[in-house]
Amino acid sequence: MSPERITFGGRLLPAALIAPQLLIVGLFFYWPAVQAVWQSFQMQDAFGLSTEFVWFDNYRALFTDPAYYQALVTTLVFAAAVAGLSLSFALLLATMADREIRGSGIYRTLLIWPYAVAPAVAGVLFGFLFQPGLGLIARGLNQIGIPWNPLLDGNHAMILVVMAAAWKQVSYNFLFFLAGLQAIPGSVIEAAAIDGAGPARRFWTIVFPLLSPTTFFLMVVNVVYAFCETFGVIDVLTHGGPGRATQTLVYKVYQDGRIGADLGGSAAQSVVLMAIVIGLTAIQFRYVEKRVAY
Amino acid sequence: MAPTLTIRIALAGLGLAAAATPALAVTELQWWHAMTGANNDAVNRLADEFNASQSDYKVVPTYKGNYGETLNAGIAAFRAGTAPHIMQVFEVGTATMMSAKGAIKPVYQLMKDAGEPFDANAYLPAITGYYSTTKGEMLSFPFNSSSMVMWVNTDALKSIGLDAPPKTWPDLFAAAKKLTQNGFPNCGFSTTWVTWLNIEQLSAWHNVPVATKANGMDGLDTTLEINGPLQVKHLTNLAEAQKDKSFDYSGRYDSGFGRFTAGECPIMFGSSGSYGNVKGAAKFAWASAPMPYYPDMPGAPQNSIIGGASLWVMGGKKPDEYKGVAKFFTFLSDTDRQAKLHQTTGYMPITKAAYEKSKADGFYDKNPALETPIKELTNKPPTENSRGLRLGNLPQMRDMWAEEIEATLAGKKTAKQALDEAATRGNAMLRQFEKQAGR
Repeated sequence: MSPERITFGGRLLPAALIAPQLLIVGLFFYWPAVQAVWQSFQMQDAFGLSTEFVWFDNYRALFTDPAYYQALVTTLVFAAAVAGLSLSFALLLATMADREIRGSGIYRTLLIWPYAVAPAVAGVLFGFLFQPGLGLIARGLNQIGIPWNPLLDGNHAMILVVMAAAWKQVSYNFLFFLAGLQAIPGSVIEAAAIDGAGPARRFWTIVFPLLSPTTFFLMVVNVVYAFCETFGVIDVLTHGGPGRATQTLVYKVYQDGRIGADLGGSAAQSVVLMAIVIGLTAIQFRYVEKRVAY
Repeated sequence: MAPTLTIRIALAGLGLAAAATPALAVTELQWWHAMTGANNDAVNRLADEFNASQSDYKVVPTYKGNYGETLNAGIAAFRAGTAPHIMQVFEVGTATMMSAKGAIKPVYQLMKDAGEPFDANAYLPAITGYYSTTKGEMLSFPFNSSSMVMWVNTDALKSIGLDAPPKTWPDLFAAAKKLTQNGFPNCGFSTTWVTWLNIEQLSAWHNVPVATKANGMDGLDTTLEINGPLQVKHLTNLAEAQKDKSFDYSGRYDSGFGRFTAGECPIMFGSSGSYGNVKGAAKFAWASAPMPYYPDMPGAPQNSIIGGASLWVMGGKKPDEYKGVAKFFTFLSDTDRQAKLHQTTGYMPITKAAYEKSKADGFYDKNPALETPIKELTNKPPTENSRGLRLGNLPQMRDMWAEEIEATLAGKKTAKQALDEAATRGNAMLRQFEKQAGR
């Protein structure tokens, strides 16, 4: 059985239909991406008064810089922590909200709200709670004898940005997990229950495997999010510090390009970052997807 | 009734048309700035007064975000061929601007070409020095200048038996320790802009170089000297004080200043431009005092260096437009106007006459906190170590220095290791800048 194919007479109409999409992707993705590659081979002053083609100098400088590898490691730790935390927390919330409880509509709606918060604003909110001297929770922690100080302790700073970045992403994950859970036929779970499987066993042997396409999709999205979209959180909360404890690749692109006005070096970093994200996504599709049951 | 109204409208229209005709001849001058709140009002008021004072030029001020954003907006506009005439740039962007030959028009050149009367000696050298070549040619026009002062909670000092703020660093560390044992367990003293105080001002205040070639003023081939004995000793002391919170770190920028006004830190280093903030928010007796010094350093204290911003004139504009900009700068230098600007905003007067006038007005008797930064700046004639800094990539370099200071305060590195590393990494940035800008 094959689905009915829709055919168009001629080529003009289909071309016209996809043209806007292609135009937008071309204008807002391919054009800047090509420009970044071009710029990464150049050295320029801030005002663009003189430009020199330097071949791979920017890349060479990048790969001989220990700070760059440190930023890479920081990014991997950060991405793993953000994706792990936000996925597991969202799954927990989704399984809770999926139950028959009074007012579940309200819970579900409220849990989705944080998604509307911009990363920078999420950063400010967490700053109000956790910044020493300013934050309510920070003061509380210090009063009960925990020396919480993200301004000087790199681990504390990392925990802080991971929490803020993950918190913002929980809503998005929650939404998809909830939809995934609701798509699992109740009869399968009921049959397992009749066979004597407890809630934990039902979850791990039936629900979790059936959710795997959702989990896989969310993993890809979360890793890309942690790599590329968490700039606002870091800029507001730690500026990449203390030391370079929270300097991720994308934050370094900003620091070198905008603050340091080194457009060539910053473009080279963007190109490498782009390659890493594309590579990671490809690996996820190649290997992880095989273990996904659709 | 109806006809009269129509006639009135027609007349009003005629009046408008009449008013609009000379407006065609008015040359607009774009002024991009980064001033918010009361300072934004001051900028708009200056433009309005200038526009009302003559009819050939119209200055149009536009707020473009914070200092960094304004600079980036100006750079992007220049690359697109739509740069403003006047751009406000923070002091650490000076090297970036002056190395952009062709993108800017030096102020001394501007005034000469326009035939405007201009005497560089009328300005306070401690301020203009930062924005001038070593030959004394003024490159940009100082607008809002501040310096770093020590804000003190005098109630807290009285509680530990001190009637005056500590004058030297050893006295300050001792006082801060006492404060942590007497009601301020979290913070004896702290600072905003951690590198501005502990590297830039510390060095100038003790007549010690931050970098070779007169802190970069004499050439792009400058190297850092921030790992000298004084800086290492000071950072070691800071790290030691951090252990018992007699010094407590408040971040790289100025977001920690609230710890002073909230009463958490009884002593806080910060910009003299925080005057309005302290006045409005502090619920205790307060004062500003000069930065402390190490008494074993011969000749200390020297003089402090300025912060704040200056006005740069962008290149590639018409001669007539430059004439208007020159007239606007003459207008800004007027003594009464400068004195008024100084007394309302808290920023420093840029001319000697405006300072003398404020003194004669008795302004400092009522507002002693605003004279502290002027006294610091004019304490002694500036040397090549205290005229200012001209280092490329300084905004990013400050972040990098702060990283190393943080590592020291967290106990991960010794002060010597951290400052050596800061100098090595900073030198790499300077060489990068030399390659980019030196051609």
